[in-house]
Amino acid sequence: MSNKIASPSLPISLAVIALGTAFAILFLGAENEYLIGSLLVFVTLAVVASSKFNILNRMYATFAVHEVLMQAAIVVATLLLVAWFYDDHFSLLMITAAMVYAIAAIGLNIQFGYAGVLNFAGAAFLGIGCYTSAVLGQYTNLPSMLILCLGGLVAAVIGTILILPVLRTSGHYAALVTIAFSILFKTFLEVNDVLGGPQGLNVKPTVLFGWNFNTNIEIRDEFEASFYLCYALLALFLLALAFIFTRRLERSWIGLSMDSIRLDETASACYGLNIALWKSVAFTFGNFLIGVAGAMYGQMLGYVAPSNFTFGDSLILVSIVLLGGIGNPWGVITAASIVILLPEKFQIIQEYRFLLYGIVVIFILLYRPKGLLPRQLRNYLPGGMKA
Amino acid sequence: MDIGFLGQYVVNGLMLGMMYSLVAVGFTLFFGVLDIIKFSHGDVLMVGAFAGLTTFFGLEAIGIESAWIQLVTIVVVSCVLTGILGSMIGKYLVLPLKSAPALNTLLITLMAGTVLRECIRLFFPDGSNPKPFPSLLPSESYSWGNFTLRLDSLMLLIFGTLVIVAISLLINKTKLGLAIRAVAQDGETAKIMGINFTLVVIVTFAIGSGVAAIAGIMNGLYYNEINFDMGLLLGVIGFSAAIVGGLGNIYGAILGGFLFAGLQTFGAVALPFASAYKDVFAFAVIIMIMAWRPTGLIAERTSERV
Repeated sequence: MSNKIASPSLPISLAVIALGTAFAILFLGAENEYLIGSLLVFVTLAVVASSKFNILNRMYATFAVHEVLMQAAIVVATLLLVAWFYDDHFSLLMITAAMVYAIAAIGLNIQFGYAGVLNFAGAAFLGIGCYTSAVLGQYTNLPSMLILCLGGLVAAVIGTILILPVLRTSGHYAALVTIAFSILFKTFLEVNDVLGGPQGLNVKPTVLFGWNFNTNIEIRDEFEASFYLCYALLALFLLALAFIFTRRLERSWIGLSMDSIRLDETASACYGLNIALWKSVAFTFGNFLIGVAGAMYGQMLGYVAPSNFTFGDSLILVSIVLLGGIGNPWGVITAASIVILLPEKFQIIQEYRFLLYGIVVIFILLYRPKGLLPRQLRNYLPGGMKA
Repeated sequence: MDIGFLGQYVVNGLMLGMMYSLVAVGFTLFFGVLDIIKFSHGDVLMVGAFAGLTTFFGLEAIGIESAWIQLVTIVVVSCVLTGILGSMIGKYLVLPLKSAPALNTLLITLMAGTVLRECIRLFFPDGSNPKPFPSLLPSESYSWGNFTLRLDSLMLLIFGTLVIVAISLLINKTKLGLAIRAVAQDGETAKIMGINFTLVVIVTFAIGSGVAAIAGIMNGLYYNEINFDMGLLLGVIGFSAAIVGGLGNIYGAILGGFLFAGLQTFGAVALPFASAYKDVFAFAVIIMIMAWRPTGLIAERTSERV
């Protein structure tokens, strides 16, 4: 489908983003189960209809030509969404959680979307970030932003233990290494008393320029905003940063090397690429991003417990990347929103959500194995191919 | 340490190792024919145990009281049921993805496992709580000092050994086994030689899943309890055992199974820190073994085809 030539169209793309934002506001604000259900039916029909009119490909083309403008449009749309729900704790919490998961999934995407390094321990590295921010917040007086960075750094450093086995093994054998680590990590946290055991630890909130993020924003009794607003803005900032960075990475010759290594190790080695180096770089940097996401998540939730970081949660992260389309950060962000928001919003299926979730992933793998938004061909020239 | 206690731990470890080996054999069989990992294996095992429990209730209801008839029926029924389940997973989920990346197969079977697990949790009566499993084996035990040998453990061990011997005879001595080995070696060539590829794959999935059901029932008989999420850890351990032993090799799977059980027992007994760390220890050693022997202890014979 992506081979069809589609002409870029700015108005259509902006209209789609505007419609998407309006839909997100309606969806998050909907209280009634029937309304949510009919909204879901509507969006499914809309997606089917838009693929009939080739709109997705035209969006791809527009993104390639007007990249900065489109990215700015999406940021503005997210800001609008956050502003709309400025006093709604629950909606803001969900939006922020989706963004945090998107950051972590972008980290994972660098690992196996670009360099092809499998990581089934995503939740473990998320947990390392969380626990780092808990411990550092408790025992030191470091500024919150530094703790975020350190959360990522600790995750990256602990990840280096796995580099040797990950590099030496391949395929299913490599999968085992990270799966084993994932289970090891959770079991370790549960039996370890220093880190709170099964009860976990409390995490200090984020403090920036003396402003404690856990206080509601009030302006002379007339205006009161949820304290999650700050976290949502922080998450958006971090997500934008992570996004820009992976985009630069993908465009650069480092990204090119990683792509080549993923596609054919033997051929890449023949052309003189240092396979071990780029795989380790991808693995470490991915873990860093996941750790940062974890540290921020911990500060927002205020507590951390081992039950949030099971092997099942790692699988959710992997399926976010697969659902979105391996290697495409936009797809990853879309999938993170779907996977996080849908079950929270659809309370009627709360009990059945893992079941439905499993069935949905099975169908996607059978009928759309490249994910919702597959990665496009590499754009060698900035500004798209102007034939 | 007292020699009696030591014997006790050895028997417990052997029992665990037998269950892990039976699970690992399934993983290795699937990998052999299709080069894939079927991660729903642990949950198929769980379904097997629940099918056994349901059969038991059914037999009680129609008034068959003899423990031996019950036992044989339970084993046969749940092996057949999980065999069908496993071959359906193979036919409708795994084979359609044959040319897709390995990650997709891994994920689709993981999700199939999740679906099975959730189905049992939601739709089995009171499925979210642990279920007592009937003890159908004789409960006598023999004691020598501190060492107690339960007759049922002994019988389970013997039965497990027989199953493993039967599988290895099936693979090495029969015509079906020859077909399975041919497909494992080279699917394309096997097809040219007139072997029905799809059928062999499906039969292999049925055999592996049936063996998992036996492991599930052994687990139920040994612990007298089954649980909807028992398959998760057993599946991961079986997978680790198959990988550490070397995928595609039945003896490797058995070696890996007993090795993992040995590590757990050793971690629980002989190490200075609390026995709660036994799984941490076992998995850490597994990671180290993978760093040392990247394709398992009994290495798979592969060549890079460029």
